[in-house]
Amino acid sequence: MSATNAQPSPENNGLAVEIKAMHKWYGQFHVLKDINLEVKQGERIVICGPSGSGKSTMIRCINRLEEHQEGQILVQGIELTDDLKKIDEIRREVGMCFQHFNLFPHLTVLENCTLAPIWVRKMPKAQAEEIAMKYLERVKITDQALKYPGQLSGGQQQRVAIARSLCMNPKIMLFDEPTSALDPEMIKEVLDVMVELANEGMTMLCVTHEMGFAKMVADRVIFMDAGQIVEENEPNEFFNNPQNDRTKLFLSQILDH
Amino acid sequence: MSGFTEIQSRAAPVSSTGAIGWIRQNLVSTPMNTFFTLIGVYLIYKFLPPLLDWAIFSANFAGSDEHACNSGGACWVFVKQRASLFIYGFYPSEQYWRLDAVFVLLAITFVPQFFDAFPYKKWFGIFSITGLPVISYFIISGGILGLEHVETESWGGLSLTLIIAFVGIVAALPFGVLLALGRRSNMPIIRTMCVIFIEVWRGVPLISVLFMASVMLPLFLPEGVTFNKLLRAMIGIVMFQSAYMAEVIRGGLQAIPKGQYEAASALGLSYWRSMTFIILPQALKLVIPGIVNTFIALFKDTTLVLIIGLFDVLGAVQSAIVDPNWPGVATEGYVFAAFCFWIFCFTMSRYSMRLERKLHTGHKR
Repeated sequence: MSATNAQPSPENNGLAVEIKAMHKWYGQFHVLKDINLEVKQGERIVICGPSGSGKSTMIRCINRLEEHQEGQILVQGIELTDDLKKIDEIRREVGMCFQHFNLFPHLTVLENCTLAPIWVRKMPKAQAEEIAMKYLERVKITDQALKYPGQLSGGQQQRVAIARSLCMNPKIMLFDEPTSALDPEMIKEVLDVMVELANEGMTMLCVTHEMGFAKMVADRVIFMDAGQIVEENEPNEFFNNPQNDRTKLFLSQILDH
Repeated sequence: MSGFTEIQSRAAPVSSTGAIGWIRQNLVSTPMNTFFTLIGVYLIYKFLPPLLDWAIFSANFAGSDEHACNSGGACWVFVKQRASLFIYGFYPSEQYWRLDAVFVLLAITFVPQFFDAFPYKKWFGIFSITGLPVISYFIISGGILGLEHVETESWGGLSLTLIIAFVGIVAALPFGVLLALGRRSNMPIIRTMCVIFIEVWRGVPLISVLFMASVMLPLFLPEGVTFNKLLRAMIGIVMFQSAYMAEVIRGGLQAIPKGQYEAASALGLSYWRSMTFIILPQALKLVIPGIVNTFIALFKDTTLVLIIGLFDVLGAVQSAIVDPNWPGVATEGYVFAAFCFWIFCFTMSRYSMRLERKLHTGHKR
C-alpha cells in the first residue's frame, strides 16, 4: 500500500499539516530541532523512535497542547500562533487520542461523546447523540453507551476515546501511543479500529511502536531521535532498507525479539 | 491442557457469614480486639444509663416555672418556656408566622435532596440557593406587600444562626471556586490578587474580622453613611470562609490529572467550558469532605457574631440562663444550644456522604 491508495477528496490538493523549521525548548532543553514535515490530505503517517526522542511533543505541537518557539506550523492552511481563535479553529479540525485515553470519568460514554459537539459545534443534543451512537457503533461499543468509563476495559476505553474524537468530525487524527497502556489482548481491537479509519481516508499521524500497523496502513514512516527527524520513507523501504545507522539499531532492537 | 477440569463456585462456609461470623471477625478476632470490645462495653455500661437518666427518665418536661424542676434530672421546662426566645430571638411575637413560613420553605426545598426519585429534585435544589434566599429575605425583613418591616436588630436565636450560616454557605462556595481558579490562573496579576486575598483573610482570626466590620469600618465610612451591622458581619464571614473554601477546592483542582485538561483542550472546549463541565465537577466531587468540613466550621463560627452584639441561638441561651427566676439551668441551656448545632452539622455530614456515594462512578484515578 502506498500514497496512491489515499481516497481522493476535494481538499486533497492542499496539505493537511505543514511544519517548517520548527524548534521547541522545555526551559533550556532543546527538545525539537529543525522539524520539517508535510502531510498531505488523507496521508497516514507513523512516527516511531526511542522514548524521549520528541515524537509525542511533535504531534502535540500540531494542536497546540505544546507551544513551539520557532518556525511555522500550518494546519489545514491555518497558521498556529498565539491567536486563541486560530487555536480553537484548529482544535475543531484535529482530533486526538492519548496513551491514557483521558476519558472524562464523571460522564457516561455517551456524554463523553456528545459534550464537545454540543458545546463547541453548538449541535442540538438529539443530533449529537445520534452522531455519537453512529461512531460508537463503528467502534463496536454501543451496548456500553450508558456506562461510565471506569466500568470499561482499557481497550474499550480507547475505542470510546477514538469515537469521542470522531464525533467532532475532524479532518486530521493524532494518535499519541494509543496502544502503549493496553494489555496485549486489547491492542488488536484498538488497532482494528485505527486500520478501518485509515482505510476510509482519514489523515492520520500516529506515534506508535506497533510496526505491524505501520507496515499495513502507513504511507510513510518517520523515525525520530534526539529531537530530530532522522529518516523518513515508505514502510517497505523503511523496514527492509533503513539508511541511517541509528534507524538500523532501533529497528534491530524492536524487531529482533 | 489435558487433565484440566473447571471447579464450580460454591457458597462460603457458614462460620464466615451471618451474625456469628460478624462477631468473630469484628469483635473478638484478636486478643487486642477482644480487649477493646470489653473496654467499649464497660464504658457504655458506666456512662450511658446515668446520661439517659438525667436527660430522659428523671427529667422534668411538664410545668411552667422553676418549681416544676424538683426530681434532680434535667429541667427541660426551662427550654420549653424559653423556646420562642431561642428560636425567634427578639422578633415580634405576632410575626412569628413569617419565620415559620421560611422554615417550612427551607424544609420543602431541602428534604427532596435526600430522596433520589423525587420529581424535579434538581429544580428544588436550584431554587433553594437562588430564589429561596431572596424570598426569605423579603418575608423576614418585610416592608413590602403590607408586611411590617422588622429591623435586623430584632432578628435572633436559631433563625439568625440559620440565616447567617445559609448566606455564608451559599456565597462562600462560588467565591471559593473563583478564588481557587484565580490562584491557578496563568495571568500573574489575577493570580497575585487571589493569593493576597486568600492569605490575608485566612491569616486573621474571624473575631478580629467581625470586630473590624462592626467597630472599625464605620470610622472609615463618610459621615451619615451607615450600613447594617448584620450585613457587615455576613460579608466578613463570607470573605473569611471563601478564603478557606478556595484552598480546599485548589486541593481538588490539583488532584485532577493533566490529561483531563489536555483532552478537554484537544476537543476544542474553551477554558470556562472545560472548567464547568470537566474539571470542576471532578475536583469538587473529590473534595466534598473538605467542603462540608468548611461548611460545618462556618456553621459553628456563626456564634462569634455574639461579640458584636448579635444574638444567635447561643447568645439567646446565654441571656436566658442568667435570669434569676431560673437558677441552675445553665447545663440544660448549653446542651440545648449544642444539640441545635449538632443536628444541623450532622445533617450536612450525612448529606455529604450520600452525595459522595451517588457521584461515585466506579473510577479510581
